[in-house]
Amino acid sequence: MFSIYCPYCEEHREEEEFHAKGQAHIPRPLDPDNCSDKEWGEYVYFRDNPRGLHHELWVHGTGCRKFFNITRDTQSYEIKETYKIGTQPRITAIHNQ
Amino acid sequence: MHHNSMTQQNRLQTGGRINRSRPLSFKYNGTSYPGFEGDTLASALLANGVDVVGRSFKYSRPRGIIAAGADEPNAVLQLGATEATQVPNVRATQQELFDGLVSTSTNGWPSTDNDMMSYIGKVGGRMMPPGFYYKTFMYPQSLWDTYEKFIRKAAGLGRSPVENDPDIYDQLNQHTDVMVVGAGPAGLSAALSAGRTGARVILADEQAEFGGMLLHSDEKINGKPAAEWVASVTKELRAMDNVMLLPRSTVNGYHDHNFLTIHERRTDHLADLAPKGQVRQRMHRVRAGWVVLATGAIERPLVYGNNDVPGCMLASAVSTYIKRYAVVPGNELVVMTTSDRGYKSAFDWQDAGRKVVAIVDTRAEPSGACVVEAQKRGLKVIKGSAVIEVKGSKRVSGAVIASIDASGNKVTGNVRRLSCDTVASAGGWSPAVHLSCHAGSRPDWRDDIQAFVPGKTVQKQLTAGAVNGSYSLVVCLEEGARRGVLAAANAGFGDQSDELVEVALVDEVKEGPTMTLFHIPHTKSTSRAPKQFVDYQTDVTAAGIEVATREGYESIEHVKRYTAMGFGTDQGKLGNINGMAIAAKSMNKTIPETGTTIFRPNYTPITFGAIAGRNCGELFDPKRYSAMHRWHLENGAKFEDVGQWKRPWYFPQPGESMQDSLNRECKAVRDSAGILDASTLGKIDIQGKDAREFLGRVYSNAWAKLGVGKCRYGLMCGEDGMVFDDGVTACLADNHFVMTTTTGGAARVLEWLELYHQTEWPEMEVYFNTVTDHWSTLTISGPNSRKLLAELTDDIDLSKDSFKFMDWKAGTVAGVPARVFRISFTGELSFEVNVQANYGMYVWEKVFEVGAKYNLTPYGTETMHVLRAEKGFIIAGQDTDGSVTPIDLGMSWCVANKKPFSYIGKRGMAREDCVKENRKQLVGLKTKNPQLVIPEGSQAVADPKQPIPMTMLGHVTSSYYSACLNHSIAMGFVRGGLSRMGETVYYPQPDGSVIEAEVCSPIFLDPEGARQNV
Amino acid sequence: MSELLMAEQEIQTPLHAQMNQLPGEGPRAESPLYHADLTSIANHGPVDGSVHLQELALLGHLVLRGSPQNESFVTGFAQVMGFALPGPMQSAETGDASVRWIAPDEWLLIVPGSEAFSLEKRLREVISGHYSIANVSGGQTVLVLAGRDAVNVLKKSTGYDLHDSNFPVGKVVTTTFAKASAVIRRIGPQKWELVVRRSFSDYLWLWLQDASAEYGLIVRG
Repeated sequence: MFSIYCPYCEEHREEEEFHAKGQAHIPRPLDPDNCSDKEWGEYVYFRDNPRGLHHELWVHGTGCRKFFNITRDTQSYEIKETYKIGTQPRITAIHNQ
Repeated sequence: MHHNSMTQQNRLQTGGRINRSRPLSFKYNGTSYPGFEGDTLASALLANGVDVVGRSFKYSRPRGIIAAGADEPNAVLQLGATEATQVPNVRATQQELFDGLVSTSTNGWPSTDNDMMSYIGKVGGRMMPPGFYYKTFMYPQSLWDTYEKFIRKAAGLGRSPVENDPDIYDQLNQHTDVMVVGAGPAGLSAALSAGRTGARVILADEQAEFGGMLLHSDEKINGKPAAEWVASVTKELRAMDNVMLLPRSTVNGYHDHNFLTIHERRTDHLADLAPKGQVRQRMHRVRAGWVVLATGAIERPLVYGNNDVPGCMLASAVSTYIKRYAVVPGNELVVMTTSDRGYKSAFDWQDAGRKVVAIVDTRAEPSGACVVEAQKRGLKVIKGSAVIEVKGSKRVSGAVIASIDASGNKVTGNVRRLSCDTVASAGGWSPAVHLSCHAGSRPDWRDDIQAFVPGKTVQKQLTAGAVNGSYSLVVCLEEGARRGVLAAANAGFGDQSDELVEVALVDEVKEGPTMTLFHIPHTKSTSRAPKQFVDYQTDVTAAGIEVATREGYESIEHVKRYTAMGFGTDQGKLGNINGMAIAAKSMNKTIPETGTTIFRPNYTPITFGAIAGRNCGELFDPKRYSAMHRWHLENGAKFEDVGQWKRPWYFPQPGESMQDSLNRECKAVRDSAGILDASTLGKIDIQGKDAREFLGRVYSNAWAKLGVGKCRYGLMCGEDGMVFDDGVTACLADNHFVMTTTTGGAARVLEWLELYHQTEWPEMEVYFNTVTDHWSTLTISGPNSRKLLAELTDDIDLSKDSFKFMDWKAGTVAGVPARVFRISFTGELSFEVNVQANYGMYVWEKVFEVGAKYNLTPYGTETMHVLRAEKGFIIAGQDTDGSVTPIDLGMSWCVANKKPFSYIGKRGMAREDCVKENRKQLVGLKTKNPQLVIPEGSQAVADPKQPIPMTMLGHVTSSYYSACLNHSIAMGFVRGGLSRMGETVYYPQPDGSVIEAEVCSPIFLDPEGARQNV
Repeated sequence: MSELLMAEQEIQTPLHAQMNQLPGEGPRAESPLYHADLTSIANHGPVDGSVHLQELALLGHLVLRGSPQNESFVTGFAQVMGFALPGPMQSAETGDASVRWIAPDEWLLIVPGSEAFSLEKRLREVISGHYSIANVSGGQTVLVLAGRDAVNVLKKSTGYDLHDSNFPVGKVVTTTFAKASAVIRRIGPQKWELVVRRSFSDYLWLWLQDASAEYGLIVRG
């Protein structure tokens, strides 16, 4: 059971108030109609599954209903930081560099 | 075997922490025995000379009590005076005795003393060689089923009751700055120093009394008996408002981010049933700032021949029974020890007035103070020797002693037999590292103490006392006090100054060095020696582990899975380290090279009651009701679960079958008027200047021109182009819409809208709010619905030309302000009346007051399904499964690819696979035999005679009998179905029959839409 | 009735639909816990216990959405209500009106039921820019849980830390409650307000009875 800092409520809350929405920082292509099938497939279907640091999108569903990002170690389950949508992580997963 | 039920032949006349003025009576396997308040079930059984408490899992050997706590592997009993109060898997060492307690052994069949399984024990052994557990997963499924039955019966660690448990269980969420686990000397010290800082502290211990080993210790703290120190610390803690004390509470799990689960047994010590109104067991779910683990250590038994015969015990357990419970579990004792520790048990035994046959010390030259005292006491000490084997079957009758070499690897001679009935072994301590492992940390091996201690962790965790490998009392007390102060400081209370650390004064006893020894050698090889048990619960022997390593299982995790070591309900508390040492030795490796083993929650077994808490029965899952639910109940509705909602399914009249009811409800709607409670549909209020543009991006069809006062149906797709929800959205005002979703999809759709708004298009000015519960929705449908509604409103012009199909109007219905939508899911003239939900019931009743003359008929979800299927309308989630596009559904009219923004789903729908000609497409299906209803899920084939595996073309998604059409109707997917109109497809059934159907338009009734256009 | 309503429809702004959703005298209103007949329980039920429960039925509930950066939204609210919108996790109240922070762009305003429509109208008159007001009065109800053991009932129901140091009077949290959710506000040392959804209210009523059984539950009319 994680304890997650909601950057909008500005305090730690129990995991049961949240749910995970998958990998973070996957923007919708600005011009979908001109994406190739491969590009669109990458956007829709393909995700990283790292052992170690991972940026994840979560939503404070039973709370403020805001989406935000978590940098989490998938091995130790440590949450390194949480940050608002539209901001960048301070701690960056190596595989994204 | 018959016991004298009145004597307690092993009970001492004085001493112990039992209350002799409160005699209790209990039953074990049908016989009544006496005991005292303060006993555990185990101490009371030992007091009465009960030797055999179970039969072993694989070899069906008689087993007795070995330990005095959570580490007990054998005395796992069934409790309960009635069927409903049966509790399996209770360790007798942890169950406090109460008057009237009823217990039975669980492994024995028909009884533990005379077990028929023991005759076929060899069969069991043959059928389950080491590696059984591992190897069976490679066998065919059918064989596993056979084995599983066998194991369950033979293992028989109790049975579940077949009646409902009458007791109450619950859960309590706790938050604390400092959580101290274990109330022995270190834990009490930690809680005290943390509590004094003002931090919130929870102190939990699995035993009824705090104090741990101090409860049976002779040591003095600050010059007073240790138990007095315990009492004074407990008293001070109890007086602190910021401290919560949880006795009888096992910290069973230490999960991520300092979340702990504690199993508190509140009334298990009182009676078979909890006192009325009281909670029997409670799960505390604790979020802690910092945790101090003071979980102590568990004594390791030594591994020798026949070491499972009743009478073989842990040396520390022998002391505990004597000192704490005033029970001497035998008459003639042989102690085997690798350190000074075992001597203490011999002294306690002697002080209790029973005979110490010998202290067998594996060390060649023991030198501690204990050795001197033993000599002073006139006890026989046999040095450089070991008990290599015991004799006896249901009770130890003798011990075979032999000299061993200095490394403990082999017997050097001088083999002889000593007569005795008890063999206590002291093989050193294993710190109780279990909790420290739960979040993934691996323990570290320490050569100096030959044991694992808690390893590096990401948890906010400190350790104190024996779990840390600190075995001396003075160090335990000081470490506890320091860690308590540090934990509180880390959590923001006080500082780390030494002033807060109160150091107790304790007389230290000088101990000699300990010999590293796990597996006692025998004159025969391990494979030929009498069985040397490592894990009692799973009957894993030293020989079995050697087999595993010979077969190439070199990692301890593999050895465990191969042999099942540690897989019992005790998780190998006694056996794991010995097993690892034996595996390491047979591979010529060190223990750390063999690999560490980690433990998982729960530390000890926990009842399902405590896990479920009050989430059972009526409260198992929320039941959601509309404002008209009471009416539905009073009018005999049968209900259907739609998500958590209870929706009326159909309204049978007396004597009607379900089909009768559906036929009547359908006809009433088509002939006159019916009413449906549609309140459960999701409703989302959308406001903002970009609301319309947003709708255009999330729906596949066009929204730019929808005027105020109009409604439109929309399909919602994922980025993959697949339909996931649908519904009607109304334009209330230029910047204001209300969207409806499917009942089950409401929360998901709202989150979907928020996801895109918050993460992709935050610049759009739009807000979404759920109003699902705010509106009651009454759908009145049928040719007489207009006439009926007209009787209830005088301010809404219901005329055909003024109130057109897909219009909405505001006004009053039955005097209540309402928004009325002229939309239809039945194909009939229909009005959806939305009123504030506090008035839903009132308006519903008013509709019925005027409805009688129109034969107004309530209908449920099943009739709704039939009526919409007659019209070919889909239900998202029934006729879609996440793999169908709007085009597949034949709904290309609902796709607007000219919209300037590339809406969600557009690009997905254009992928190569989605534009293929021959995809599965939704069509109508008309059976050749009009009375046959194709079961939903049936697979379509083109050639029913094709050998299996047949080529499947699609499946039936919706199928009903239509009373209005007098024939069955169905919708389903057929490959290339839209171009197969008129063709026949076949639906083979499990009974061998085949249903023939013609592919047709899914619109079975009124394809022109004349019925609603009135 | 209908004349009144027509008059109100005429003043609709073209951008947002507003409707007085309450009828005049006559039609019977049923709060989400109407079927539980709490009044009878209050009059004839148990009188011993350390947990008290009361439904504050049929109040006006308005969800306000807007950005704190929208000055018109912030000042408009203060102008109409006479107090400012509270910051994160806080509430504010005056007389029988109270407002709770729900999210950075969301507040829940609760007022007497008959005032919801007129307040919405007045707020819409003074607020401009991007905002929304949604009347959800029919969709939720207010329960007040009080007494010495109210906090223990809450501890059985929510994982949120209710300790004085974390949850002082006036604080608000939207969180899980049993297997549903609730907006919880502390309104006194031993007094808590729960805003729950209509469709879950029967479940939560059963839950609260069960969770408070060991302490004794007294229903207040």
